[in-house]
Amino acid sequence: MTLPAALAMCAHCGVGIELGARFCCAGCSAAFDTINGLGLGQFYTRLVRDPALVPNRPEPTDRWDLARCVTTDNAGQHSLTLAVDGLQCGACVWLIETALGREPNVIKSRVNMTTRRLQLGWTGDVTDGGRLVGLVEKLGYRLVPFDAARLAAAADRTGRELIWAMAVAGFAAGNVMLLSVAIWIGQSQGMGPAVRDALHLVSALIALPAISYAGRPFFRSALAALRARRTNMDVPISVGVILVTTFSLFETMAGAGDAYFDSACTLLFFLLIGRVMDHRARGRARATAEQLLALRHSDVTVIAPDGTTEPRAAASVAPGARILVAMGSRIGVDGVVELGSAPLDTSLVTGETLPVLAVPGTAVFAGTINLGATLTVLCTASGAGTLLAECVRLIEVAESRRGRFVELADRVARRYAPTVHLAAALTFLGWWGLGHATVEHALLTACAVLIITCPCALALAVPAVQVLATQRLFQRGILLKSATALERLAKVDAVVFDKTGTLTVPLPELVADPSRDPADLVAAAQLTAGSRHPLARALLVASGPVVAAEAVREVPGRGMELGDTRLGSSAFVGVKNPPPADGPELWFVRPNRRPVRFRFAEALRPAARETIATLARMRIGASVLSGDRSASVSAIAGQCGIAAWQGECTPVDKFTAVEAMRRGGRQVLMVGDGLNDAPSLAAASVSMSPTSAAELSQTIADVVFQGSGLDAVSETIAVARRAEAIMRGNIALAIGYNVLMVPLAMAGLVTPWLAAAAMSSSSLLVLGNSWRVRK
Amino acid sequence: MTSILGLILLSLALGVCALVAFLWSLRAGQYDDMDGAASRILFDDHPPKR
Repeated sequence: MTLPAALAMCAHCGVGIELGARFCCAGCSAAFDTINGLGLGQFYTRLVRDPALVPNRPEPTDRWDLARCVTTDNAGQHSLTLAVDGLQCGACVWLIETALGREPNVIKSRVNMTTRRLQLGWTGDVTDGGRLVGLVEKLGYRLVPFDAARLAAAADRTGRELIWAMAVAGFAAGNVMLLSVAIWIGQSQGMGPAVRDALHLVSALIALPAISYAGRPFFRSALAALRARRTNMDVPISVGVILVTTFSLFETMAGAGDAYFDSACTLLFFLLIGRVMDHRARGRARATAEQLLALRHSDVTVIAPDGTTEPRAAASVAPGARILVAMGSRIGVDGVVELGSAPLDTSLVTGETLPVLAVPGTAVFAGTINLGATLTVLCTASGAGTLLAECVRLIEVAESRRGRFVELADRVARRYAPTVHLAAALTFLGWWGLGHATVEHALLTACAVLIITCPCALALAVPAVQVLATQRLFQRGILLKSATALERLAKVDAVVFDKTGTLTVPLPELVADPSRDPADLVAAAQLTAGSRHPLARALLVASGPVVAAEAVREVPGRGMELGDTRLGSSAFVGVKNPPPADGPELWFVRPNRRPVRFRFAEALRPAARETIATLARMRIGASVLSGDRSASVSAIAGQCGIAAWQGECTPVDKFTAVEAMRRGGRQVLMVGDGLNDAPSLAAASVSMSPTSAAELSQTIADVVFQGSGLDAVSETIAVARRAEAIMRGNIALAIGYNVLMVPLAMAGLVTPWLAAAAMSSSSLLVLGNSWRVRK
Repeated sequence: MTSILGLILLSLALGVCALVAFLWSLRAGQYDDMDGAASRILFDDHPPKR
């Protein structure tokens, strides 16, 4: 017998289903009815499904504590921002906005496709928000509210300032350049000095306020660097711009010679474009990482003294509070089990694959998942004894030791700034002292040197490549959060992997068994379709789409039953003397049939072997540090082809191992997902986390990657190396330009139009070269 | 000479208009959702405004 092939598509969410059925589940059927009931049936004709995205399938949702997320203005208008999961295309935007717009008290409903967020505004009762959120959830989307305080903190002031500065610089550059072209052409056609001076004066009137406004980001950074007795790229930029402007102003006042206002404005404009792009690319990567984190977030159910329950943000739960942890949900706080007993999935915290049984008195940690019956947990103070506190302490140690990474651009600036300023000084002395020129003429030539060397191309050399590389990785689902991550990644010569959840996928995989009747698998999967237990979900993944059986009873922590058919632990289904378990397993028992055993094992992430092989070709050594038992670490390491491994590591062991490698002169990339990896992520030269990782780990990691394939690791390093090579090429190009032009400037042969042409062409050349990173 | 000055002032005024228009559109959030704007134009019946 073969598995039933998926021949039809669910009429709502498009998931493959058996022929004859219309919907994959009751939720989709209800959503379909709701949408048609609202008269919005055109949605289905407009919908363009993207198989790579999460389907818009209604799922049982958590209850939210909306109160902390809603802001109310003086006019009594409440507003709320929510992350939306399940958006497929513009039709979903239309559906959500139209459905909400029909509610009489909704005054704003706007879905942002780029950030995948819904902004909701309504009047009247605050608590009506819950009903509105429920309405969208019924349509098949998952909504998670954003904390009002966190949204305010994320408001992008820097980005706004940069764009305003860019707009002003662009305005000034365009208009001053128009006047300058008139001057250059007029000079060759006998324009009188009076007109020229007037045009210079107008240029000055535009350029001075524009430069003093648009240059502030550079001046501030340069000042900060000088105060700390360092130099960065902004120092020569600021010195150049200020000197050029002052000099041009004096020339204009004196009614003589050349003015370089156009060069100063264009320089700022080009640089600001680079900064804005850089900021946007990383801002987008960071916002996406935040969105993914928010979608995994869930509130904690707190039991009030009178016995009622209410949802509350995990961070706002006070020590001493009692919380209820339902089956399948994450424990949001550190605490001690008070009531109930259940197996816990602690893999994110300890790296251990097998569930651990928690009984009253067991200490539990935020991040573990309850696989069994509902537990009552007493929240303990996040005191110094908890695992989380220990991790945070280690992270602080690691960050204090890491020291400031000096970017490539700043290393260049350290040599560049003094050289350029020395060249200008020598030019002045040469013309004035040796050449017996007037002080004015000597100054003019020295300033021309500074203008020519003003590092426009050099300042674009690194950010341009970074922007393009960040975008390229972003399209691949790799989110670069740190500005210096690319440069640090390019130097990596050792990669340390965590095992559980990093080398392996978070869900276990059903072990293939040729003696098993495929029909048994389908029959068992029908029982599990409604369960959130990881093994039940793994079984469903293995069986493919099935029609869920009705009236299944789930006994939390033990199994599922439907009449005499049972699926669950050996004790639950009543198997006498089961063979010893070597991993997680499920038993399936039907009347008058032999019990069937489903064994599960950890599965490698896709492309894990190939990734290790690619890394080896790149001369990067891989090793494994895991908190799991040595036997299973050795098995997984062997499957991947990694020779160096160490099992049963505590977070401190991992941390010290990574520290030792770094002291030995290695540049270590740590790839990990668990809370126990967090300190070593911070200790490594650079770090990566999958999006299934613990919140703390994802926050620390420089790079977060989506999707299940491990090849993201080797690809990121490859892109980083290529980017580094192109950055160096760019710097060589920019310096080459200076080597050509500086002698001309020192000889006093540079005129304003030559300066403008040289600067623009070198910048364009550098930008063009940077595009190669996208290949 | 006066005509040149007049024309310069005129061109500057036009430039300032463009700058103000850009900054206004930026403030109004017109660049916040480029992906959404691309598909929004295809909806012929707008959600009812209140």
